[in-house]
Amino acid sequence: MDLMDVLRAALTQALGPNAIVFALAAIGLNIHFGYTGLLNFGQAGFMSVAAYGLAVTTVMADLPFWLGIVMSFLAPILLAIVLGVPTLRLRADYLAIVTIATAEILRLIFGSVEFKEQFGGSNGITGYAKTYKDMNPYSGELDLGILRFSKDDLWSVTVGWTLVALGCLLVWLLMRSPWGRVLRSIREDEDAVRSLGKNVFAYKMQALVLGGMFGGLAGLFLALKQASVVPSDYSTNITFFAYTALLIGGAARVLGPVVGSIIFWFLIAGLGSIFNQLTDGADPILPTWLMTDTQASLVRFIVTGLGLMLLMIYRPQGIFGDRREIAIDGR
Amino acid sequence: MDGEQMTDATLPKLGALVDVPNEPGAKKPDPIVVGDDISRQFGGLRAVDVGHIEIQRGVITALIGPNGAGKTTLFNLLTGFDQPDSGSWTFNGQPIHKVPAFKVARRGMVRTFQLTKVLSKLSVMENMRLGATGQMGERWWMAPFRFLWEGQEREITERADELLVRFKLDAKKEDFAGSLSGGQRKLLEMARALMVDPELIMLDEPMAGVNPALKQSLLGHVKSLRDEGRTVLFVEHDMDMVRDISDWVIVMAQGRIVAEGTPAAVMADQRVIDAYLGAHHDTDLSDLDEAAIAEQVMTEIQEGE
Amino acid sequence: MGLRWLALLIAGFILAIPTAAFADDDPTPSESPSESSSATVDSTATPTDVTTEEPVKPSGPGIAVTLVNSSDKSKEFPKGRPLEGVTLTVIDSSGAEVGSAVTDATGLAFIPVEALDTYTVELDEDTLPDGINLNGSNQSDPVKMRLMAPTYVDFPIGATKGEKASFGDKLAQSLASGIKFGLIVALAALGLSLIFGTTGLTNFAHGELITLGGVLTYTFNRSVGLPVILAGLVAVLLSAGFGWAQDKGLWAPLRRRGTGLIAMMIVSIGFGLFLRSIFQYIYSSSTKTLSQYTTQGAHDFGIIKLADKEIAIILIATVAIAGVCVAMMKTRMGKAMRAVSDNPALAASSGMRVDSVISTAWVLGTAMSGLAGVLLAVNSQVNFLMGFKLLLLVFAAVTLGGLGTIWGALIGSMIIGIIVEVGPLFGVPSSIKEVGALVVLVLILLVRPQGILGRRERIG
Repeated sequence: MDLMDVLRAALTQALGPNAIVFALAAIGLNIHFGYTGLLNFGQAGFMSVAAYGLAVTTVMADLPFWLGIVMSFLAPILLAIVLGVPTLRLRADYLAIVTIATAEILRLIFGSVEFKEQFGGSNGITGYAKTYKDMNPYSGELDLGILRFSKDDLWSVTVGWTLVALGCLLVWLLMRSPWGRVLRSIREDEDAVRSLGKNVFAYKMQALVLGGMFGGLAGLFLALKQASVVPSDYSTNITFFAYTALLIGGAARVLGPVVGSIIFWFLIAGLGSIFNQLTDGADPILPTWLMTDTQASLVRFIVTGLGLMLLMIYRPQGIFGDRREIAIDGR
Repeated sequence: MDGEQMTDATLPKLGALVDVPNEPGAKKPDPIVVGDDISRQFGGLRAVDVGHIEIQRGVITALIGPNGAGKTTLFNLLTGFDQPDSGSWTFNGQPIHKVPAFKVARRGMVRTFQLTKVLSKLSVMENMRLGATGQMGERWWMAPFRFLWEGQEREITERADELLVRFKLDAKKEDFAGSLSGGQRKLLEMARALMVDPELIMLDEPMAGVNPALKQSLLGHVKSLRDEGRTVLFVEHDMDMVRDISDWVIVMAQGRIVAEGTPAAVMADQRVIDAYLGAHHDTDLSDLDEAAIAEQVMTEIQEGE
Repeated sequence: MGLRWLALLIAGFILAIPTAAFADDDPTPSESPSESSSATVDSTATPTDVTTEEPVKPSGPGIAVTLVNSSDKSKEFPKGRPLEGVTLTVIDSSGAEVGSAVTDATGLAFIPVEALDTYTVELDEDTLPDGINLNGSNQSDPVKMRLMAPTYVDFPIGATKGEKASFGDKLAQSLASGIKFGLIVALAALGLSLIFGTTGLTNFAHGELITLGGVLTYTFNRSVGLPVILAGLVAVLLSAGFGWAQDKGLWAPLRRRGTGLIAMMIVSIGFGLFLRSIFQYIYSSSTKTLSQYTTQGAHDFGIIKLADKEIAIILIATVAIAGVCVAMMKTRMGKAMRAVSDNPALAASSGMRVDSVISTAWVLGTAMSGLAGVLLAVNSQVNFLMGFKLLLLVFAAVTLGGLGTIWGALIGSMIIGIIVEVGPLFGVPSSIKEVGALVVLVLILLVRPQGILGRRERIG
């Protein structure tokens, strides 16, 4: 068992591009769920429309890269409006059901053979990321022993954490304003807000669009950093993982989603590395009837599911949160 | 608070009600709200069935009746929190029966709730600030730039401070609203409604759950609302309060208006006494429909045994 | 508290049954033939986020073709018998021949290519075994390669594509499948509605309760060796037990803590993810078939054709649904359940034991979902995602009918079932036929938010 390897895997993932994707998605969910109380279970859908917005525009329609970027910003806004109009006047579970269903349907459409010409089928789309790669100012990889990034990852990490920082700044600016006050009030009791003359529907829609745009940003970043858009990257599990990350860091806190994503990936990658080592090789430490290397890769999903349950039950305010400020409670 | 006097300005308005006949659906000289044929059904139950209703401007009107009489449902309908099966009504001459709740509030018709809706995870001051209308900082494109709304926020805070002093909540302004007592919540809700600067303020059971020590001061506050020129409509069970402060009383039973008149006239009305004595259940059921169905099923079960 | 741990123990035991059953087996995968058979890659299969073991795949850029005779399916070759020794030639966009290969024992031929281009595959019909004919042309549609990775091409052989059925026949046949599918959805939807009605919980782990029925049937059928009918019965009973244990071990304690509904909804998401991963851990991500009733000839009833198992599925589902509906209307417990859904506070105050009512709802609801899983397994196959995929349609059905109403769930399910099956006739791509159901859901929410039978005042 090489603990150094475990630590390196954990740290590299915790600070690497994957954690950034989750941090961005979770910032969006924080606006939805943490501040406004909207249950968006389809963040993966927002991610996928942004990613496909870029890829389809640049590759399939052969338009300029920057137009693709614009499309990947517009697509989540459009999706938020389409999802919001029928559901935001209804009880919270309707939005949850419609978003989860839409995200799944989008993924099926993007991966379907019938739309292979438009979306590339299950193989997805590649060949749009050259402009992004060419902007990379770094010439070599970064190796600090316990932290290792390739040249490409180093560029992505720079871009990504900058985006996360800007996102947090925006959320902080917005949430200290009267606008943020209205959102937090809606989370608690929308009838009270309505009785004071605020258009609750419009605020919910604004929150849905803004959070969806962060979801879109996560999808865009994912598409850029791995230079391919594949439908299986946008499964519903991604949304649930982002929720787990958000709850670890604490909902309704500006840095909650960021801290949560870092911890989430540290734990997941660490665990993955440990179980990988336990099941690796011709004569693994764990007998194969108990766990094969394929099964080892599933341990993290099992742990995440269990973790999400336990967090919600015992520490809904997050690891560092204060119970009195907990954002989520009974209706 | 005992020394409250009616100011001269309000006297003529009260005087105007002297000529109004003490009968259901009576026409008023200067109504702020006029409603016709308002009905709302829950399942098989007709919760509200009001032929004609007028609320006089500038006075305190009490809406009384036994539990399940449809008072809160009528409140919900008038303020746009529930949709009627039929009916129309106007506020200041403008039809508002199809206007959404938030626009009703913006037009100057603001309500409070039977179960107080203070936002317990926000501070008392934040609750108050939320009440102010026309805030630039509540628009998303201005919100990130503090310098755009800082000035207005300061004005709002000053106004809130004054109201909090008036309602004796100034010592609590930085506390979470969730830490307030039941009576203080009622006060906060009333003060917050005043931040909207309403013409008509509708209070749903302002005395429920308030301890006796606070009741007198609450009464004073309600009277002071009228004295500063606002119209007050309130639902109440506390007959002392009704007798003490209301200028006009509307009695509802089984969804209909059964009597109307001055407090003295109504209290002496046999129909009103019957309506109250006829009320057989004590539990307060805001959602009539579900209660009625559940009750019916319960009876079925018991019969089946 | 003691009860809670007992309940958790029982729940754990039910989940562990398959593991124990597998542990007795020889660990080599040769046990289950369905896993290792043909290498046909079904491009419509839902990719999971973990790319786990697919059977040996060609790697590197190239065109892969798997030839199977889909009119000759068997237990050993669920997708059809592989055709060996057929010559295939790949031609690039300029018409030049890139290379050719001959299919191996699994029916697979792989022709490496070196550039991203649009290719056409040509099949040499002379090399086909005697008596085997192509359904279409011997040239494939042009395939565009986008990745320097294997690209798959299909040649339909032996499929019944050739016969032209009239639109009316197709409609009747789709309606029949729609009703069958709708009934399966209805079982699961009723289960969801029962639990939602009594507890207010929108259970996002409900799909896994469907899967549980399917995988338990598989275990008792394949590993223990019971006949499918008996295995299904055991699976339903164990599902019911799992429902009881789940309530006592997880949800009842949460209700006592006063956990909010939204928090519980998120707990159910975690629970669903947990169960789904456990199923995948135990059963892997491959799709499996039961030992009986996999392929059955259909009886011709004039305008529609139904296999025996389809008739059985329709009958069993109808009887189960009717039984539950009658029970809800007539029995004491059924009335109590309806009372609790209508007003828990009042029901409690009138001296009813709400907890036992909720517990019954969980047992019944999970048993029904388990039955849906069993029927789904008999109808098609067993996969760790089968319930999760169905869940979205179940949600659509209950929302369509009106959350928490029994008749609404029934009507919604039938509508969803029929839309899903009939949709492809009206141009919905068949690999994503669920899309139609979702579109209908969104439209209904726009026009009538409370659902078809929902009551308006229930919406906040």
